[in-house]
Amino acid sequence: MSDTSGPAGPAIETNGLSKRFGRRSAVDSINLAVPRGSVFGFLGPNGSGKTTTIRLLLGLASATGGEVRVLGRQIPAGLASVLPEVGALVEGPAFYPFLSGAANLRRLDAADRHAPRNTRAARVEEALERVGLSHAAGKKVRAYSLGMKQRLGIANALLRPRELLVLDEPTNGLDPQGTREVRSLVRSLAAGGTTVFVSSHLLAEVEQMCTHVGVMSVGRLVAQGTLRELRAAGTARIMLRTPDVAAAARVLSGLGLQPEPAGVLQGADHGGQLSTSPPGHVVAPEDIVAALVAAGVRVQGFGVEDASLEERFVSLTGEGFDVAG
Amino acid sequence: MAARPQAAGPGPAAPAPAATGGRSGSWALMASELSVLFRRLRTWAMLAALAAVPILIATAVRLSSPVPPGRGPTFLDRISQNGLFVGMTALLVSVPLFLPLTVGVVAGDTIAGEANLGTLRYLLVAPAGRVRLLLIKYAAAAVFCLTATVTVAAVGALAGVALFPVGPVTLLSGDTIDAGESLLRSLLIAAYIAVSLLGLAAIGLAISTFTDIPVGAMAATVVLSVVSQVADNLPQLEWLHPWLFSHYWLDFADLLRQPISWTSFGENALLQGGYILAAGAIAYGRFTSKDVLS
Repeated sequence: MSDTSGPAGPAIETNGLSKRFGRRSAVDSINLAVPRGSVFGFLGPNGSGKTTTIRLLLGLASATGGEVRVLGRQIPAGLASVLPEVGALVEGPAFYPFLSGAANLRRLDAADRHAPRNTRAARVEEALERVGLSHAAGKKVRAYSLGMKQRLGIANALLRPRELLVLDEPTNGLDPQGTREVRSLVRSLAAGGTTVFVSSHLLAEVEQMCTHVGVMSVGRLVAQGTLRELRAAGTARIMLRTPDVAAAARVLSGLGLQPEPAGVLQGADHGGQLSTSPPGHVVAPEDIVAALVAAGVRVQGFGVEDASLEERFVSLTGEGFDVAG
Repeated sequence: MAARPQAAGPGPAAPAPAATGGRSGSWALMASELSVLFRRLRTWAMLAALAAVPILIATAVRLSSPVPPGRGPTFLDRISQNGLFVGMTALLVSVPLFLPLTVGVVAGDTIAGEANLGTLRYLLVAPAGRVRLLLIKYAAAAVFCLTATVTVAAVGALAGVALFPVGPVTLLSGDTIDAGESLLRSLLIAAYIAVSLLGLAAIGLAISTFTDIPVGAMAATVVLSVVSQVADNLPQLEWLHPWLFSHYWLDFADLLRQPISWTSFGENALLQGGYILAAGAIAYGRFTSKDVLS
């Protein structure tokens, strides 16, 4: 694909994007920036506004506030020219149960007036081949398993070369084998220059295939950045217990750390705790202790907590099975 | 006037291929729409039910003693003398309920059915274009209107030819036409009824844009067709009668005169056109601003 069609810049960019349903705010003023060529993991618990955001990006629903630019063009004004370059899987696959898999793809391809007719059959065949469904091409979708429908949905997104792929929970309903196939498919597409925007509530999946991550919680975008940035923000958190809180804070600041009182003051004698997360660079824990001792800080307890991305995710989105309203 | 800067670029967004690809692209979607409609078992079941009407009438008349003139639906007493009346009788019997029922199912399903399957979001993301999709959905519903009436007329003609003698037909004006021309008149009546149903189809399309539950849109459309016919029979509502979409539904007798009087055909077409515009405007207003959340 040539990239002369739109001005350079992020593949997806939103500015204060909001969507309200009555009084409920489903998407609350989010500023997404999805760099071109990235594999962007859009994380969040169920009901956090991921799918609504995707509907807004694709012009299926209209925003109640803010702006959207996809591939450099304003949405919804530029939808007609943007959408042919976007392949999408939105909120699970949906097909005509009384048509075969191949007939379903031909139907959706025919819906796009720019899709060349003479190559239609070949492109459908190729897309089915790519997701491993060639053997079931002539079977009615009614007889497909959930995983096969999911594959067919991905095949639909791949009917034409796309600049941007928007995949909403692409591994839903797939067995481990299928999940691995989707991951390697996404990687190969990204290697070919396609920007992939993939939503998921599965951290492991995002960790394994994404270069960038955005985290949604209750309609808000609570974190966004490269995978490494987000991990760094969550790792190497030290916990310090000391009666000399003020002195310790000075030492930690001198090391370039940002101490924040963890708050638990257990009486005057016990002093308090300090926790800190080193932004960007990492100071070795033993150096921190040495510096503290050298400064005469009495250390009662010292620990390093290696927070995983999962802990970071939970800390951002809250714990438990409550579905965000 | 305003220059589109990206128009010069050779990329896929350049408007040139859009302009050339557009028309044949719309034919492809129309063909796809018709194939989806006619590959459904439901569509064939409805057409089979419609085809059963003339077969039932012909068989019943064939097996029973001669019908005394003036009893039963118009033309019924003439069937045993001339099989060509089977199709006309069947059309007459189907107009009040059977045909509106099938048209209600197809028109009510247009948008709501896609929304219910979830395929609507994929059609729009393809992108089909909302206005274009609406127009093609309506065109397909109109094709069904014609298919349904022609089915009744054609099966009626076949059943009539198979079970009864066929000969020249005496028209309402007293003139006699030969069998070939009477078949032509049957097709003309079928066309008249198909036009009659276009307003209802547009109403069904409009209702269909308001819900994700196709059965609801179908039922509402069929109920409206019944309400319109009931209102048309209440003398107290006489001022309303010329505005009801079902007002001219049974007025195709003019096509059985020599020479043919086109007055009711024209009035009916005008009324249906008005309903198509009004319901089309509602459908357009709703569908182009609708949040597709299914």
